[in-house]
Amino acid sequence: MTVVQMADSGDRPDTVAEPTRLTFEQVTKQFPQRGNRRQRKRMITAVQDLSLICHDQEVVTIIGPSGCGKSTLLNMASGLDRPTKGRITVDDEPVDGPNSHVAFMLQKDLLLPWRTIRENVEFGQEIQGVSRAERRARAHELLAQYRLDEFADYYPHQISGGMRQRAALARTLANDPDVLLMDEPFSALDAQTKMILQRDLAQTLIARQKTALFITHDLEEAVALSDRVLVMSNRPGTIIEEIIIDLPDRDEPFARRQHPRMAGFTRRLMELLHLGDAPEQTTAKQRPH
Amino acid sequence: MSVSSSDLTDTGAGVSTSGGWAERLWATFTSLKVAGSLGLAVLILAGWEWLPGLLGIPVFIIPPASDVWAEFLWMIDRSALLYHTFITFMLVVVGFVIGCLLGAAGGYLLGISRNAEIVLSPYILALQIAPKVAFAPLFVLWFGYTFTPKILVAVLIVFFPVLINVLGAVRAVDQQQVDLARSFKANRLQIFSKIELPASMPAFFAGLRIGSTLAVIGVVVGELVGGNTGLGYLLTFAQGQANTPAVFVTISLLTLIGIIVYLAVVVVEGRVLRYMNRRPEF
Repeated sequence: MTVVQMADSGDRPDTVAEPTRLTFEQVTKQFPQRGNRRQRKRMITAVQDLSLICHDQEVVTIIGPSGCGKSTLLNMASGLDRPTKGRITVDDEPVDGPNSHVAFMLQKDLLLPWRTIRENVEFGQEIQGVSRAERRARAHELLAQYRLDEFADYYPHQISGGMRQRAALARTLANDPDVLLMDEPFSALDAQTKMILQRDLAQTLIARQKTALFITHDLEEAVALSDRVLVMSNRPGTIIEEIIIDLPDRDEPFARRQHPRMAGFTRRLMELLHLGDAPEQTTAKQRPH
Repeated sequence: MSVSSSDLTDTGAGVSTSGGWAERLWATFTSLKVAGSLGLAVLILAGWEWLPGLLGIPVFIIPPASDVWAEFLWMIDRSALLYHTFITFMLVVVGFVIGCLLGAAGGYLLGISRNAEIVLSPYILALQIAPKVAFAPLFVLWFGYTFTPKILVAVLIVFFPVLINVLGAVRAVDQQQVDLARSFKANRLQIFSKIELPASMPAFFAGLRIGSTLAVIGVVVGELVGGNTGLGYLLTFAQGQANTPAVFVTISLLTLIGIIVYLAVVVVEGRVLRYMNRRPEF
């Protein structure tokens, strides 16, 4: 099993020649606790001294216990939220607000109910002032690719969950971002639809040469889709383990799932997340700083 | 691109195709309901015509339907009923439109500016609780026996339900939708026009529906308090003459005005909110 135990994943010499797309450098995020006035004085550290690098066209997946700050990472990477300490860069530019290099996709498809599927796909380009003809053409191409051309003029409530999530993927790609940030995009779908969407995503990432930071709770999904899996600790979240998934067929998750070494990777992830342990001991061990 | 198009499990699963039998059943059901409504109308009219007489209620308390109909025809001929109806209708429409516009504008401004809401909310609450029709005499004092006080009462009474509905909707806008727009670098105006405004439309129309019925009340109260035009004036005139059938005629026409404005709102709502998934109302 190719498990690489990292002493400190952020400070390692960058031996890979590929350019970096997304980096977190010693990022810490704190926010005030919710609740009454006295409780609000306490700061919660969601993420602590976290460093990671996504190289060009790499798919990096983060897994970790619930509430460990995974979603906070994506909010910061998309520029919607600022780190308390540390630095985040996308395409070697510091992230200081929303930018067109990244686009996110969440568990909720966030299709606007008052727009047709086509208009939803055009939404990002419309905001950025792309001409009507140009964004029509782009939407047409993406809808065709995701087998939604027949449903272009339907409203979101008229189509199935899987189709809605494909439309959300098309919307995410319409602005041609370099980096896709995905927060459990398929977790609300049934098992079969999920596998089809995973394949759609895997093939898109390869064909369009995208980089992705992917968050999931589904360990098999993590192994099937990624080049590397980062395991996060409990809050305050930091990366405790890096596993390189050196399996072939990153664009064919079906094939990867059949691979004899697949089970080894998922078993290793389960151990790291203490999924087999007694409930009292589920807190992840923290790496001493 | 090698995404195949052979997904039996996913494609086309969500589009409902209603079978012919279901449509026919629904049509039968609808026609039954229409027949039921009409039958009930006939029953009510018949009861109105004969029941008071059978129970010994005097005609100056409840005049039979035929007397009211005769009075209606007489009033068209002698009391310029259609003229007064038209005046009231126009005032209702003008008051309703102005009240809606102001209410919507207020709702959006307060919804967008948290500070404005905090500063103004006690006053808005006080004004909302104050009985709006009680302002009618004040407005008559200020503006005399003109159209202005009637319109003002209608504006005031329509304003609040629209404002409260819009304000609530803007505050309840899904933050993730706003974040989505922000992630595409939307400016404040775009977030308003592309997210907050369309997201608040259902609540806005709910406010309009309430406002459409209240506008009639506002105008009538204004007309009752003073002036010599409109259905409110005819109402006080008929009351002074103890002409019960004329009172019934006037009330019926006021109801009709309310229904017309309400239906206009429903029609526009159906157009604007055509994306929504709900069953037809009529």
